[in-house]
Amino acid sequence: MAEEIRVPINSDHDIVIARQKGRALMVSLGFTSVDSTLVATAISELARNIVTYAKHGEIIVKSIDGHHRAGVLVIAQDDGPGIANIQLAMRDGFSTSGSLGMGLPGARRMMDEFEIISEPGRGTTVRTKKWAR
Amino acid sequence: MEVPILKQGGFLIATIQAALTDADLLHLRSALAQQVVRFRSRAVIVDVTALDVMDSFASRTLREIAHIIRLRGAETVIVGIQPEVAFAMVQLGLTLEGVATSLDLEEGLAYLNQKTKRTS
Repeated sequence: MAEEIRVPINSDHDIVIARQKGRALMVSLGFTSVDSTLVATAISELARNIVTYAKHGEIIVKSIDGHHRAGVLVIAQDDGPGIANIQLAMRDGFSTSGSLGMGLPGARRMMDEFEIISEPGRGTTVRTKKWAR
Repeated sequence: MEVPILKQGGFLIATIQAALTDADLLHLRSALAQQVVRFRSRAVIVDVTALDVMDSFASRTLREIAHIIRLRGAETVIVGIQPEVAFAMVQLGLTLEGVATSLDLEEGLAYLNQKTKRTS
């Protein structure tokens, strides 16, 4: 099993592929079933945001080394419209698409580290990590 | 991947067998809304045992299914949410409020038999 996966995101079908490949990588790296499910669910939310707001983008999942523990880094990147107000986007229940608005804040709760880089017109990159317990 | 819907007496049983795309979930929603009318069903069971991820879209669609079925005067119960999936749903902030859930198909059938007894 490769230590890194890259999944182009162009449709709702790719959301399923990204989370399945992400989970498979987690399991192969020895993460628990709970952690693998949390990361797979976070990937699903991030990939759906790409499809909803940017149409096209990419999910990258790779193993990383911390201090004496294994981790994974999930990168979700797109060249879409970007996020005008990141603080608002991270708030539970806020959505500009009619969704539940739980995707980004929920993904942050499921992961250990979470960072969004975005500017209107310049796309969005989310970098988020999960460490083995 | 279309979800098979089995008619069992006054109940409809939809068993999800593999990961579903958003389009699959929306198709399930309209199929159940139509069949509950066509078969005059009293209740719907959605078995999600095979789902290893329940994200916000899946959760929202299941809640919509339950609400639509309720407006048709029938009951809905979601069965088989896996422990890891339940854990992730709570962290996401999705708890399927107002939707009946049961451990598995057997429990779901027992719940519905009890619930729909008076109206049968």
